[in-house]
Amino acid sequence: MQVYLPIAEMSVNALLVLGMGWLVGFLSGMFGVGGGFLMTPLLIFIGVPPAIAVGTQANQLVAASVSGVLAHWRRGNVDVKLGVVMLGGGVVGTAVGVWIFGILQRLGQIDIAITLSYVFFLGTIGGMMLVESSRAILRRRAPTAKRGKLHRHIWLHGLPFKMRFQRSKLYISALLPAGIGAIGGMLVAIMGIGGGFLLVPAMIYLLNMPAGLVAGTSLFQIIFTTAAATLLQAATNQTVDAMLALLLLIGGVIGAQFGTKAGSRLRGETARLALATIVVAVALKLAWDLFSRPDDLFTLTTGLR
Amino acid sequence: MMAGVMKRRPTRRMLIQGAAALAGLLLGGTVAATVWAQQLVADLSSHLIAITTGFTGTEVVLFGTTDGPGDVAIVVTGPRGPATVRRKQRVAGMWMNTDSVRFEQVPSFYTVAVSRPLDQLVGRPVLERQQLGLPQLQLPADATLPPDELAAYRSALIRNKQRQGLYAISMGQVAFLGERLFRTNIYFPANVPTGLYNVEALLIRDGDVVSAQTTPLVVSKIGFSAEVSDFARNRPVIYGVAAVVGAIAAGWAAGAAFRRI
Repeated sequence: MQVYLPIAEMSVNALLVLGMGWLVGFLSGMFGVGGGFLMTPLLIFIGVPPAIAVGTQANQLVAASVSGVLAHWRRGNVDVKLGVVMLGGGVVGTAVGVWIFGILQRLGQIDIAITLSYVFFLGTIGGMMLVESSRAILRRRAPTAKRGKLHRHIWLHGLPFKMRFQRSKLYISALLPAGIGAIGGMLVAIMGIGGGFLLVPAMIYLLNMPAGLVAGTSLFQIIFTTAAATLLQAATNQTVDAMLALLLLIGGVIGAQFGTKAGSRLRGETARLALATIVVAVALKLAWDLFSRPDDLFTLTTGLR
Repeated sequence: MMAGVMKRRPTRRMLIQGAAALAGLLLGGTVAATVWAQQLVADLSSHLIAITTGFTGTEVVLFGTTDGPGDVAIVVTGPRGPATVRRKQRVAGMWMNTDSVRFEQVPSFYTVAVSRPLDQLVGRPVLERQQLGLPQLQLPADATLPPDELAAYRSALIRNKQRQGLYAISMGQVAFLGERLFRTNIYFPANVPTGLYNVEALLIRDGDVVSAQTTPLVVSKIGFSAEVSDFARNRPVIYGVAAVVGAIAAGWAAGAAFRRI
């Protein structure tokens, strides 16, 4: 069934888009990542202009995050206090990100900057997660291995403005979650993604948050950053396609429910290994595109952009 | 150009009346008023391409009649606007955009249909004057580059447009039914740009264009898709708020629905 997208000005197969929404929603519910890092390349792959892909999927991420948070909320897996502190940093980060985006746009190199930051962030974080989760799985198989300390303490935990987060059983500097939120906010603005793939490992490894609370709390924060991104994109660039967002979010909210259920049955390290594999695969694909000779060295942009 | 065409107008009344009657029959009298002045009459099966939610591309039939033997060429041109062609070069192993050329007045859509191959019909000067065929399409660029460089950008523009299905790769066929009646199908893909199109029908005799007629064609979004794009363009902030509220409601509804299961 073909559906015409009024803003993207193209016709797409509705079932294909619904399926893509479902898949990304499933991953979103399972891992607590927004899935934007997957959705943007997928949308561009089916021919949606990059700017509209970014603007629209920010909109659908709002819905996916709300539905994901609800499911986590019922299980008591959202640390609202920590989420709000992260959000405070996220607002600052988004503003900085918009500023950097403007500079890159004036330099005419925004495309390659986006692709490079995808390759860099996805590659590093995915690689680190891959190593860590494989080790954790190997340790589990070898019962003689020593049990590590509950919390490793590094210099980051000596920062001022200590705050108590009862639900996460943490007593850490507020600067830490705020800083993570700020980096997440920057990614929302520059890469047009929720930033969950960065937030989740940062919360696990830097904050030492209980794994069960990570997904719900990061989704809670992502609701607000993606809502802000949607508003900005619609108001300034008019790149939010409501029709495309509707299709994606129908698929996405259903997928997120299944994903949350599947995720609660997965062991933490198995889920991280699966997520890391996907993240690394996307990074490798993008890097391949960057370094391999394109079919046509010339690209065409119509209009004033 | 048109003046030269008009000068040769014959006054074979009978013939033109016959053509008028025929055209009137075909068109329901819509262009009958202008028929007396022309050797060539053509019209479209529809003057509006409505892009609705289910739009997947469409075909418009162009049909018409001539006052005697001759060949017909049809040129369809979409609304013109600027376009930028960027060239990628290898920088530190990565392919990135390095140079660009901006073209002005680039037709968003361009297709030609002919009754016989163009090189058998007219000479180069006429082709160039009428901008008949992709090689003759005028695409002014703002850059001062060596001619071969500019030609590379120009052919890249055409190649990209062809890949999008907006410039025809090969010429369409104008079919004659008998000596005077002709028709051709013009295909518009799903990604056809909106705006005012020009459909030009040319009558060619003895190596020159002897008559021409231009028919407008409007490509426009209609119904729900039109409302969405108008809303997004005219009230962008409210549209953004609506998009966010809608997404929250949808997420909430789905969450609530799945709670029951």
